[in-house]
Amino acid sequence: MTTATTTTSTRVIRDYDRPLWRRIFVNREFAIIALLVLVAIVAAVTIRGFAQPITANYLLLDVAPILLIALPMTLVMITGEIDLSVGSMVGLASVVIGVLTESGAPFEVAALAALLVGVVGGALNGFLVTVVGLPSLAVTIGTLALFRGLAVGLLGTTAVTDFPETWTALAKAKIAGTTIPYIVIPFLILLVLFAVLLHFTPFGRGIFAIGLSKDAARFSGVDVERTKFILFVLSGVVAAFAGIFYTLRFGSARGDNATGLELQVIAAVVLGGVSVFGGRGHLHGVVAAVLLIGVLGSSLRLAGVTSDVINIITGGLLIFSVVAASVLAWAQRVRSKAGPPLRVAASPAP
Amino acid sequence: MTFARKKIAGFAAVAVAAALVLSGCADTSGGTGGSGSGEGEGGGSDNLSITFLPKNLGNPYFDTSSEGGKTAVDEFGGTFAEVGPAEATPDAQVSYINTATQQAVGALVVSANDPKAICDALNEARDAGVKVVTFDSDTNPECRDLFINQADSEGIAKVQVDLIADQIGGAGEVAILSASANATNQNAWIELMEEYVASEYPDITIVETVYGDDDDQTSFDKTAALLQSHPNLKGIISPTTVGIAAAARYVSTSDYKGKVAITGLGTPNQMREYVEDNTVTAFALWNPADLGYLAAFASKALIEGEITGEEGDTFEAGELGEYTVGADGVVLLGDPFEFNAENIGEFDF
Repeated sequence: MTTATTTTSTRVIRDYDRPLWRRIFVNREFAIIALLVLVAIVAAVTIRGFAQPITANYLLLDVAPILLIALPMTLVMITGEIDLSVGSMVGLASVVIGVLTESGAPFEVAALAALLVGVVGGALNGFLVTVVGLPSLAVTIGTLALFRGLAVGLLGTTAVTDFPETWTALAKAKIAGTTIPYIVIPFLILLVLFAVLLHFTPFGRGIFAIGLSKDAARFSGVDVERTKFILFVLSGVVAAFAGIFYTLRFGSARGDNATGLELQVIAAVVLGGVSVFGGRGHLHGVVAAVLLIGVLGSSLRLAGVTSDVINIITGGLLIFSVVAASVLAWAQRVRSKAGPPLRVAASPAP
Repeated sequence: MTFARKKIAGFAAVAVAAALVLSGCADTSGGTGGSGSGEGEGGGSDNLSITFLPKNLGNPYFDTSSEGGKTAVDEFGGTFAEVGPAEATPDAQVSYINTATQQAVGALVVSANDPKAICDALNEARDAGVKVVTFDSDTNPECRDLFINQADSEGIAKVQVDLIADQIGGAGEVAILSASANATNQNAWIELMEEYVASEYPDITIVETVYGDDDDQTSFDKTAALLQSHPNLKGIISPTTVGIAAAARYVSTSDYKGKVAITGLGTPNQMREYVEDNTVTAFALWNPADLGYLAAFASKALIEGEITGEEGDTFEAGELGEYTVGADGVVLLGDPFEFNAENIGEFDF
């Protein structure tokens, strides 16, 4: 851990010596937060219907599943792995709730069973990646199909729509006196837990170390396999929790719930500054990126922009941000003439 | 210490950003919410801004219905808009329903991707003063003011079964190529078709129902798979405009042409070449432009307080004449129309 973390922190401290505007352009998280504020202000001023309290409600409900799943996804991707099965896990959790409540189980039991399915599904991913030693991309493409297949197979083409009113109402209820939905409370709790885990514990430093160099991490005493296994289980259980919310919000358990959600999550995580090669990323950047995509989608819809154009704009933003980061890194390298960036120096050639 | 302080600074920054975004949303309300909305049940209003929300965009069927809606809105001097998701999913539709609520439109005309999943969003829109009219595919009746029904399900099921029976000589194996497995209207028709076949055509067997998801390529592939897995298949019924065109396209260039009958619900423009090259003898549909036109006039009547959606309410729908609201707030457009080589030249939609 020694080399990797020290060099990273030295580099970041150097960021702080720069003037603010330089930091904004060089530091991905600051850039995304600045962009979020800018877009929100522009939308509030120019787009009719955006600047009203209910916007916050709709926006947060829309992005809640993405926000939730992005938390463990950030950690998984910092280790250099990926979990593509989360969207299917949302669908499977939703179907498990549907099937169980339909057969007479109380909703609370069904929800707990869904979380258990999340743990088992995550453990399956973790097992295949860490014990069998398969690449997570291949494993989770497989479980993406497997979980979705199970979901559609279990419930068929029908939808279960009979859920206790108290629970469906709670999923959309607003905190008294505001338009903020209650879902932000469990989200904030999870955010704090994941932030502490990632940024303030030896476990979290292990996550970064694995992403920078798996071998270096192992030599410095990080249990690479155990760390990754835990992260995949966390990813599965949080996806299942998002599945419970999803089911309650739409009052409908369906096999095709949340199809394609994994791509939205991964796009947000990458936009938020997490390197797809691992070793770099911050939760606040990711949260800002999810909100940015949400604000963009909400305001563009209000402006009457069609959904394919919205996809083009958010996709373009993603590519631009990734390209811009690479170009800036290259420019820095050329200017400093200090050889390749430290992250590359610290990791062995692929 | 610097390490930890940096993290805290980061979270503080995002917290401030979020607070800005949310308070920005909260503080400056007004100006948008009040314009012409907020009337109670049955109250009149002059907010004739009408938004059409089809199942998805880029679907020629809904392009035509929206065109009909726009024609009507132009006739009575309202404001027309069409919005919708790229994918025909209920969760994507909910975002657009919420958008219409934020915009405080006069009426929302929606074809539902799920009868229940969009209900709460629609009711929230109605609480905010938006009139909700469903067309093509209904929600649960308590979530909307009116449903504009293209034709009753019995009539649609009957016309398709009669067409295929006529084309295959009343006996043999038949398959169904539907849209998505959750489409409310398709599933209702398929059920009725099965019942009608069982009671009227004992020599016809429905061997399989497959789903092309209203996607051209998927429907094309499903047609190929159907024909391979059922060598004795004599006909395919596709109760969706995307499906029937894809099925006809596959059959027209294969050895099955002339041996396997294709019928169902299609649009004249999409089916013209297959009717002309004798792949397809006859198919059915209503006029989706009329459907959109009627939905727009029904919205106007609701907005102006002329009707409330009660059974027996009557309203004028421009050149279509007078309509009466039936049980459960349903307005029936009319009987399905049968297209064939003789009449297809008269239509352009």
